[in-house]
Amino acid sequence: MSGGEEFTDESDFSEYWIDWFLGTKGNEYFCDVDYEYITDRFNLTGLNNEVYNIQLAIDLITDNCKLSDIEDERGNDNEDEGEEDDDDEQEKRNQEYRDEMEYSARILYGLIHARYIITTRGLQKMYEKYKNGDFGYCPRVYCQLQPLLPVSMNDQLGHSPVKLYCANCEDLYNPKSTRHSYLDGAFFGTSFPAMFFQTFPQLVPVHNTEVCCPKIYGFELHEYSKLNRWRELQKRKLITKLKANGIPVDNCNGGYASKKKESY
Amino acid sequence: MSAWKSGQQNVTEDVTSEEYESWISNYCTLFGHDYFVEVSQDFIEDDFNLTGLSSGISHYREALDLILDFEPEPPISTADLPLIEHSAEELYGLIHARFILTKEGLNAMAVKYENGHFGSCSRVNCDSMLLLPIGRYDQAGVETVRLFCPCCCDIYFPSSSRYLNIDGAYFGTTFPGLFINTFKEVERQAAARHQKESFQLKIFGFKLSELSKSGPRMKWLRQFPTTPEEIEEYNKCEYSVATPQDVGKLKGSKEKRAEEKDKDKKDVVDEDVKSTDSKVKADDDDVTMKSPDGSIMSVK
Repeated sequence: MSGGEEFTDESDFSEYWIDWFLGTKGNEYFCDVDYEYITDRFNLTGLNNEVYNIQLAIDLITDNCKLSDIEDERGNDNEDEGEEDDDDEQEKRNQEYRDEMEYSARILYGLIHARYIITTRGLQKMYEKYKNGDFGYCPRVYCQLQPLLPVSMNDQLGHSPVKLYCANCEDLYNPKSTRHSYLDGAFFGTSFPAMFFQTFPQLVPVHNTEVCCPKIYGFELHEYSKLNRWRELQKRKLITKLKANGIPVDNCNGGYASKKKESY
Repeated sequence: MSAWKSGQQNVTEDVTSEEYESWISNYCTLFGHDYFVEVSQDFIEDDFNLTGLSSGISHYREALDLILDFEPEPPISTADLPLIEHSAEELYGLIHARFILTKEGLNAMAVKYENGHFGSCSRVNCDSMLLLPIGRYDQAGVETVRLFCPCCCDIYFPSSSRYLNIDGAYFGTTFPGLFINTFKEVERQAAARHQKESFQLKIFGFKLSELSKSGPRMKWLRQFPTTPEEIEEYNKCEYSVATPQDVGKLKGSKEKRAEEKDKDKKDVVDEDVKSTDSKVKADDDDVTMKSPDGSIMSVK
């Protein structure tokens, strides 16, 4: 973590913190948050309880100060009282402090990100990422590579890793790559996919209603096919209800694709 | 090809060497071939097990000799070798699909299953249920291998692209069904994971309405009958999809008659909707078709 920071710090010091952060491996799900959004203190309400030394973290994110310039000021008094300047000792403590602040800045960016992506501009940026398939595609065969969206089960920090939501089967999946499976869900929030599809209703897919049933020599296993029939009944009841409310369901966004012949 | 050559070299150099690897075990250890089990020599040597395979595969005899590590009578020319190698792979795959349905094959696959060689389901509610390989078609060359989850009873793409050149027919449509039917504990493991409630989208903690376009429309896909009414419905689905009317008739007790009346009312409403629907259709001259449950759906 800190190694990468040091490296980019020295090799390319003109790079912005946010650009560096977005380019880091494992952070592919994030979009870039506007500078104006971060500097508006109203948007950060309540975050000072979650993030250590928030002012410094903001300065880091907005490139008002550089990580290499940060020095551990907490211990300075003690050190002056105790003994003479021990450069190595001080440097070690500074490094620890920098790591801590870098971590803090990451958390802060993530939490701001969770708020930002449910604003109009943020949704627009996530739309681009969705279109590019940056969050991956649904592994379920019948979803026909429906792009996924990040979502969390909990808005609190450190409670749940990020999950991916498929709008076709309306289910949650774990990220394919392990480097995403430890990403905190709080950086995306619980409301994001719902907000996304409320904003872009044209992106709600036509649900594919094909289902799978285990077979032996072409004959479906009874228990499974019975359950599928019952689920079909539930679906028909829902369609009847939707139609009663005057909602179109045939081959339209949010509706159901007309049934193809079941292949498996 | 190179694998076969090296095998040949080993034979000529040192027949007694323990490093000598049969074509089959070598094939199964190749990169991306970790879904395959080793088919026993006896199974392949029994001609009965190969019934019908000879017609679909070119260079059948040579390919079979290659799989069984027999020295071909006239040595194979280097020009033909890639062709025969390809045939051998296809032949082995099709034999493999038959072998894993035998008792021995199922046991071999069970070992691989328990070791998680086929990966685990990425669906959150399946809680890393182990997957089984499946082909959606029994004909070779139609589709690559897919994975079946016994918990959500659904099929998924393999997580790694290295399995993209493995034909689904090498595992077949029957295998997962027979597997879960044979090893009942797999079904038990799956059932233990079923209780969890399905996920629903929320905005700031509030659920989306069913009537919203982005609302829950696929809940039925992962639903299980839980309430007594649902179980009754479920039992009605024994041989065909029950109609809501059927389910209504089923209820005998006095308490439920009240519900039945409500249901009838609902049905009346439904019929109204249908009749208005059909009127609209008559006006618009749209194509109309009858859905299996008798209601009229319009296709524009």
